[in-house]
Amino acid sequence: MRGARSATWVAGAIAIALGVTACGGSGDSGGSEAGVVRSAWGDPQNPLEPANTTEVQGGKVLDMIFQNLKKYDPKTGAAQNDAAESIETKDQQTFTIKVKKGLTFSNGEPLTANSFVDAWNYGALATNQQKNSYFFADIEGFDKVAPAKGKPTAKTLSGLKVVDDHTFTVKLTQKMSTWPVRLGYKAFAPLPKKFFTDHKGYLDKPIGNGPYAVDSYQKGTQMKLVPNKKYRGDDKPQNKGVLLKVYTDSNTAYSDLQAGNIDVLDSLPAEQIKNAKTDLQGNYVSQPAGINQTITFPLDKGAWSKPGMEKVRKGISMAIDRKQITEKIYNGTRTPATDLTSPVLGAANGYSKDICGDACTYNPTEAKKLIKDGGGLPGGKMTISYNADKDSHKEWVDAICNSVNKVLGDDKACVGNPVGTFGDFRSQITKGEMTSAFRAGWQMDYPQIENFLTPLYATGASSNDSHWSNKKFDDLLKQAASEPDTKKATKLYQDAEKLVFDDMVAIPLFYQNGVAGWSQNVSNVSLDAFSVPVYTQIKVKS
Amino acid sequence: MGRYVVRRLLQMVPVFIGTTFLIFVMVYALGDPVAAMFGDRTPDPATAAQIRESLHLNDPLWSQYLQYMAGIFQGDFGTAFNGRPVIELMGDAFPNTIQLTLVAFVIELVVGVALGVVAGMRRGRLIDTGVLVLTLFVISIPTFVTGYLLQYFVGVKWGALPPSVSTEVRFEELILPGIVLAGVSLAYVARLTRTSIAENIRSDYIRTATAKGLPRRRVISVHLLRNSLIPVVTFLGTDIGGLMAGAIVTERIFNLQGVGYQLYQGILRQNAPTVVGFVTVLVVVFLAANLLVDLLYAVLDPRIRYA
Repeated sequence: MRGARSATWVAGAIAIALGVTACGGSGDSGGSEAGVVRSAWGDPQNPLEPANTTEVQGGKVLDMIFQNLKKYDPKTGAAQNDAAESIETKDQQTFTIKVKKGLTFSNGEPLTANSFVDAWNYGALATNQQKNSYFFADIEGFDKVAPAKGKPTAKTLSGLKVVDDHTFTVKLTQKMSTWPVRLGYKAFAPLPKKFFTDHKGYLDKPIGNGPYAVDSYQKGTQMKLVPNKKYRGDDKPQNKGVLLKVYTDSNTAYSDLQAGNIDVLDSLPAEQIKNAKTDLQGNYVSQPAGINQTITFPLDKGAWSKPGMEKVRKGISMAIDRKQITEKIYNGTRTPATDLTSPVLGAANGYSKDICGDACTYNPTEAKKLIKDGGGLPGGKMTISYNADKDSHKEWVDAICNSVNKVLGDDKACVGNPVGTFGDFRSQITKGEMTSAFRAGWQMDYPQIENFLTPLYATGASSNDSHWSNKKFDDLLKQAASEPDTKKATKLYQDAEKLVFDDMVAIPLFYQNGVAGWSQNVSNVSLDAFSVPVYTQIKVKS
Repeated sequence: MGRYVVRRLLQMVPVFIGTTFLIFVMVYALGDPVAAMFGDRTPDPATAAQIRESLHLNDPLWSQYLQYMAGIFQGDFGTAFNGRPVIELMGDAFPNTIQLTLVAFVIELVVGVALGVVAGMRRGRLIDTGVLVLTLFVISIPTFVTGYLLQYFVGVKWGALPPSVSTEVRFEELILPGIVLAGVSLAYVARLTRTSIAENIRSDYIRTATAKGLPRRRVISVHLLRNSLIPVVTFLGTDIGGLMAGAIVTERIFNLQGVGYQLYQGILRQNAPTVVGFVTVLVVVFLAANLLVDLLYAVLDPRIRYA
């Protein structure tokens, strides 16, 4: 009797297990529809609000569902008018923006000047806690809606004025000729009325004015996008939609790509790069992205700020064999750096192949001499701090220390200094607790040299982690900002960049490459300047 | 029995408070999460101040803990940094993880006990050695190795089973992760059962039962197995909690969006509400499983009484 009872237990448990799991058994896989591109995705870190999305996964969606005032050519990175009819200025400080007529959001609401002005005001107001709010910092009145201390004293930016249904003006706090270039960035996207009236409903199913519209969104799992029938721009999708599936582990996504369960994967696992070309039968691309990696130093106090140390920093730069590191550690998915920007900018927007010159070229004998001339490493030692929790920085930091040690003939001169978490690492930097070198990276917001210099090296700038300050540099930036001719402005920015190299504020290491692989099921896959696949152009084989 | 249960339930209260407070302190000791939200960029001071205030980061730790606990008892586990309530994440994650745990548990129970019985009955023979070597293998290979290997060969190369779990979480997709998750515990279950069986098979009551002329099947299933399962049940009971919490690696490899996935993301993004919320629920699961195991003893062995 008892035996029979325990047997029923086991049988019951199995039945429950089978029953529970069978619940999900029906229904289609949602991805095998003809003409739909199935792509790997990561769960966005923030709600899908344009002014609150700082990382690439949420950005991917926003790029697909929004048509901004400007867009960046996927090949050259050049900014062109998109939803803007014209953007004009006479004094490089007040811009008149005309929005194209007849454009609508995917829910039929017409796109007007207010769609932009309301969105920007929302993004700038501190109480909305939008992480991209600093993008509006150059617009007049930002100090009122987001004061560094205390509560906001205004709800809207005084520099934004609606002229008529399709025209508005923007007044900046200072002259900035290249300002319109950033208008292709997602933080400047227009928003429909629903965003303000039914915020939660909007986040459950975002509405935009771009080539795609959100069809369904299961948060944390997948999102289905279909071509937006109301879209009137030039980037009409060449497929019947995109299915974004969330993966936590790029290795799993890679397995699914090989098994034919997804079509596009834009974050190939590092350990698979070597085999990817053969595994995927050539359906693989690796090209520089708008991301660079540098090491920088605390320059406002302590040993590294003393005169003569710039020679030491230059020496350290020359002690690094960039080519070997990019090949040995990264299998060519990094490119040795020759300037402080990124090759995706192209020469037109300020990238240079030789601006750093000899200082970024491996030369052990000269390196040793320079370090000695400058007085040697402070106390004969240096550390390179990095965050140990993600992106495996340990390998390259150790490799760089190894190069420096070899040049100096001292095993213990340079050591890596792992900091537990990224958050801790960042707060040590912002609080000025760093005493020796630390890693710094920059991911561009828009393809323009200005974005690689002003936020990082201008006196008191938001991400000036080294706290470097140079009056000549600041003056050159100002001069460049008020220069109406873009070519001349770019030249001025490069002159400023040279000053950064004179002091070797940051040692450029390498540019990160964007890599992507795709299945035999799709064709015409390419990456844009932000290393995001150009989804509108992907064709699905039938 | 009733008094025993009440006493145990009362004991759980300090354990619950202690563990949740510890995990709370540990997560918040990781440093300021706001700095990490902005990537390599220094946050805009006004925005950062607003976020800190809304997360109560300016209050002292004990006050944050009290506010958090007060929320939990009203069914509010806080909001994850991506704007979704943690309770909603739990609603998505726990059904997936429970399904995987059940599959793994059944595999572990059926295969583990069967292997253990066979090996224990034929102690010292070839099949016994075979089971011992096999389980040794399973124990010594880390989960992520078996996971990726099975995924590649069974899922990609041979295409016999799906290599990852889709959004619908179908049964056949759970077999591979179930096997991987069950693997190590299965080996322990087999070994525990084997030892226990081998010991009890020579005991007096088995000889008596056999002498009574009972059929061999009944001797094994009722007399032998039931008495040999006590250590196994202890292990299985605590293992349920382990399976649910320990699926981080397996869930990642097979892309199952369950508890492990949410915990992993929570830790990676220093998302305190997610981590503390999920761990709190897991603590309750562990406590309940432990109590259940202790009560099961009495069912299995009538000599054990609780008063």
